[in-house]
Amino acid sequence: MDTKVNYLLRLGDNALILSQQLSQLCGKGPALEEDMALTNVALDLLGQTRLWYEYAAELEGAGRDEDKLAYHRDAHDFKNCLLLEQPNGNYADTMMRQFYFDTWHYFLIEGLTRSADPRIAAIAEKSLKEVTYHLRRSGDLIVRLGDSTELAHARTQSAADELWMYSGEVFAYDAIDNAMVEEGIAPPADELRAHWLAHVAEIFAEATLTMPAADAWMQKGGKQGRHTEHLGYILAEMQFLQRAYPGAEW
Amino acid sequence: MSKEWPLWEVFIRSQHGLAHKHVGSLHAPDAEMAVNNARDVYTRRNEGVSIWVVRAADIVASSPGDKGALFEPANSKVYRHPTFFPMPAEVKNL
Repeated sequence: MDTKVNYLLRLGDNALILSQQLSQLCGKGPALEEDMALTNVALDLLGQTRLWYEYAAELEGAGRDEDKLAYHRDAHDFKNCLLLEQPNGNYADTMMRQFYFDTWHYFLIEGLTRSADPRIAAIAEKSLKEVTYHLRRSGDLIVRLGDSTELAHARTQSAADELWMYSGEVFAYDAIDNAMVEEGIAPPADELRAHWLAHVAEIFAEATLTMPAADAWMQKGGKQGRHTEHLGYILAEMQFLQRAYPGAEW
Repeated sequence: MSKEWPLWEVFIRSQHGLAHKHVGSLHAPDAEMAVNNARDVYTRRNEGVSIWVVRAADIVASSPGDKGALFEPANSKVYRHPTFFPMPAEVKNL
């Protein structure tokens, strides 16, 4: 049971941290329409966060709710992937982070719709339309940015290279992930990775970007609560009010 | 902005709507993005809607000065208005 709670928290934490990062771009998008789209994606992810947390809190049965999980855990209790806590950077950085995540997220959620756990399958079903849209959008923008001006191409390529070492953590399954695969709850890593590499290769080819080596060294630790220095700042801002006034109703 | 992000007019047919209605406009670099943005801005991604986007430059409008010449003649001739025919009850949406 703890294993499943952990797995659900990982799903929720990923969505929450990325949602928080995208929310920071509100009013700063490169165009009004892009601003709308970014915040739309942020809202989608926040909605998904709530569903994962709600289920995790129920299974845990320790009296924690979604707010407790979001606002009263510190960095070492957060299990999001390192990729998602990387700074927004420029627009190519933001979109590349999104693209790496969306590609994995889409295939994961698609796999989770066939989960042996009916509640997980239902949440995945509900999220599938959203993540399909996210994937289409970020792939489209990577092509637009990569296959355009020299400057945009250079920035997009450098975003691809810089974030690459954070892209593989999701495929490094540990005991928790493996237990979920055995129970038929989560899809296996190699299956997801094959889909991920194929899709990224396809989009990069269209975007005239060079794909870094698939077997490159990958940074890990986020899922186990070992984070980069960025997460502490994200949480400090996100949790401030609840830390200052614990238990306040709003 | 204006050259690279031309203005698009957005027409939406809602879930149970019969025809596309003009709902507003937006700027986008091309048609595909205009459709994406229209969905984000004007439909909140509702199921079962149809979106048309048209470059504002491609729309030809009647000029307000022609109003009289275009629409006036019919107003004084009631026999031009099909209002004297009782409609069968089965015919709807006319």
